[in-house]
Amino acid sequence: MKRKLLALLTATLMVVGLVGCGGEAASSEGGLIKVGIINNDPNESGYRTANVNDMKATFTEENGYDASFAYSLKNEEQIQSAQKFITDGVDYLLLSAADTAGWDSVLKDAQDAGVKVILFDRTIDADPSLYEASIVSDMAKEGETAVAWLKSQNLSEYNIIHIQGAMGSAAQIGRSGALVAEAEANANWNIVEQQTATWNAENAQQIVQAVIDAGTPFNVIYAENDDMAKGAVAALDKANISHGVGKDVIIMGYDCNKWALQELLAGNWNYDGQCNPFQASYITDIIKKLEAGETLAQKTIIMDEKGFDATTITQADVDQYGI
Amino acid sequence: METKKKENGFLVKLGNLCRNQIFIPIAALLILAIFNLIADPSFYAIKLSYNANGSPVLMGNLITILDYGSELAILAIGMTLVTAASGGQDISVGATIAIAGSVILRVLCGTESQPTSLHAPIIVAFLVACVVSMLFGAFNGALVAYFKIQPMVATLILFTAGRSIAAWINNNQLPVISEECSPTFGIFGNYIPGIPIPTPFFIAVACIVVIFLVLKFTNLGLYTQAVGINSKSSRLNGLNPEFIKFISFVILGLCVAVAGLIKVSRLNTINYSVVAKDIEMDAILAVALGGNALSGGKFNMTASILGAYVIQFLTTTLYKMQVQASALPAYKAIVVILLVVLSAPKVREWLGKLWKKLRPASMKEVA
Repeated sequence: MKRKLLALLTATLMVVGLVGCGGEAASSEGGLIKVGIINNDPNESGYRTANVNDMKATFTEENGYDASFAYSLKNEEQIQSAQKFITDGVDYLLLSAADTAGWDSVLKDAQDAGVKVILFDRTIDADPSLYEASIVSDMAKEGETAVAWLKSQNLSEYNIIHIQGAMGSAAQIGRSGALVAEAEANANWNIVEQQTATWNAENAQQIVQAVIDAGTPFNVIYAENDDMAKGAVAALDKANISHGVGKDVIIMGYDCNKWALQELLAGNWNYDGQCNPFQASYITDIIKKLEAGETLAQKTIIMDEKGFDATTITQADVDQYGI
Repeated sequence: METKKKENGFLVKLGNLCRNQIFIPIAALLILAIFNLIADPSFYAIKLSYNANGSPVLMGNLITILDYGSELAILAIGMTLVTAASGGQDISVGATIAIAGSVILRVLCGTESQPTSLHAPIIVAFLVACVVSMLFGAFNGALVAYFKIQPMVATLILFTAGRSIAAWINNNQLPVISEECSPTFGIFGNYIPGIPIPTPFFIAVACIVVIFLVLKFTNLGLYTQAVGINSKSSRLNGLNPEFIKFISFVILGLCVAVAGLIKVSRLNTINYSVVAKDIEMDAILAVALGGNALSGGKFNMTASILGAYVIQFLTTTLYKMQVQASALPAYKAIVVILLVVLSAPKVREWLGKLWKKLRPASMKEVA
């Protein structure tokens, strides 16, 4: 009896659900472009939160989109959502994949169903013919921009504390690469400490603390994200070592959190490199081109990413680029 | 003759100490201490300097260990009780620290991400966080005690969901309490102006004193061990094993709230995804290093707390030695394997036998 009741209940729910879907489908026929957006969990980081908010703000009905969202940090769940979106008959599938592997079959399904796939933020290991475009950050270029800035400071000697992100992540590899190459190429660039703080402020604080306790001199802290730079600065404050514009130690961070840019504005930090989470405008450009029947000049689109210098940053920059 | 007798007595005492549970963390501490002494005696240098606010602070590796070992020591207290009572471990402490920290910031900042003034006194925020994390502790405790779910499985729920809950509490924002907003909020994780010893150490000492008073003047310790050794026979003796297990998780919840306050106060902010990451593993390791059976039963609180400081000693040593980043976990693993093997009953038995063999020889010399 109970089972029957349950079955009845489920059936009713499904019917209600269908009616709901039907209603949506009717409304989306008013020229709206149907997009299914698969992203990572917005709680993952400040970067992801900004990314998700940017997507939500852009893909609205006012802008001519009927968007559905799915969030997961797990590849299988993302693939399931992708299949659901394909069955729902979306026009575009926007994807920031949790893992690089395992996407081939579902993307083939999408191709067969006439769904166009656009990758953002992260690339995947699949045949490029399976997607229309891929919008990514070039982490290595971020590192190069930052290191070029550091070089332009023309210090007589660079004694660098290099605080790395979680080893093996794309951001860590890209941002470390340029610095390590430059340190090897120049005799007056020394990396006095190179350690991973796994993106964690407190680990960074301990690493810098250990260098201070050991009495090793240093004049640059190169942290691969803002949190770690913040932790490093906390250790400096404790030891009364001055930092920032025109002070003893140069502080460099990444990601352009709003509070970090404010530190730049106040002159407490020197440099912050951007990792652009605002990808929605790039995606809408592509969709517009595809809708107009144009072909894209290139498949992989690398976003413009800035590096902010404390001496030139303005309040407007903080408001616009802070995440 | 007199001195020789004394020597003999000393040897016997040393032998007893070797078989004592607390021997393991002390031995580990000594090994690390001697290693550092040989590698670089400047490890132990402590100097008085002034921080950016002009108040005196002590600086040095030993101070760093006392400072950063505090949260772990506080968590080790709760984890020891949970381990002893339930014969399992709570793997959700890192996630619940994120929740406790978020609650503190939520109460202090309201919905602003960068408030100009605090919305409530710090003590209120802390008490709310205590209540919340004790409730989460009670949730874990209820699952374990009353629903008889394996502790590691029961706490897996919060381990998975905790950080998302923490982010949700603050609407995905990362609130920052600046120095201008509240000059006092930072003292819990840094220094009280004028006092050169880091505050977390005082907080840890306070927690340790409280738990020792509780263990001395109540039956908590005895009951916990009785339940852990055999919960059926403890029931026959008139104890309520479910309640004892439940309460141990609630106590751990309280420890988590205190650790959470220190964590958010250190940097005046929180990052849900990385704050106190993997700290549960270190807390469990502290209990194991203390020679406590992870299957429950008898426990030694002092040994666990020492174990926590040993782990921090190891971390600071590795940072000091500038171990290559990618090799860091491997070094830690090697040391941990050594310490855990040393503390295994089989090895200790063997060491004890070895000691007995050595001792008669020295006695013969005396004769």
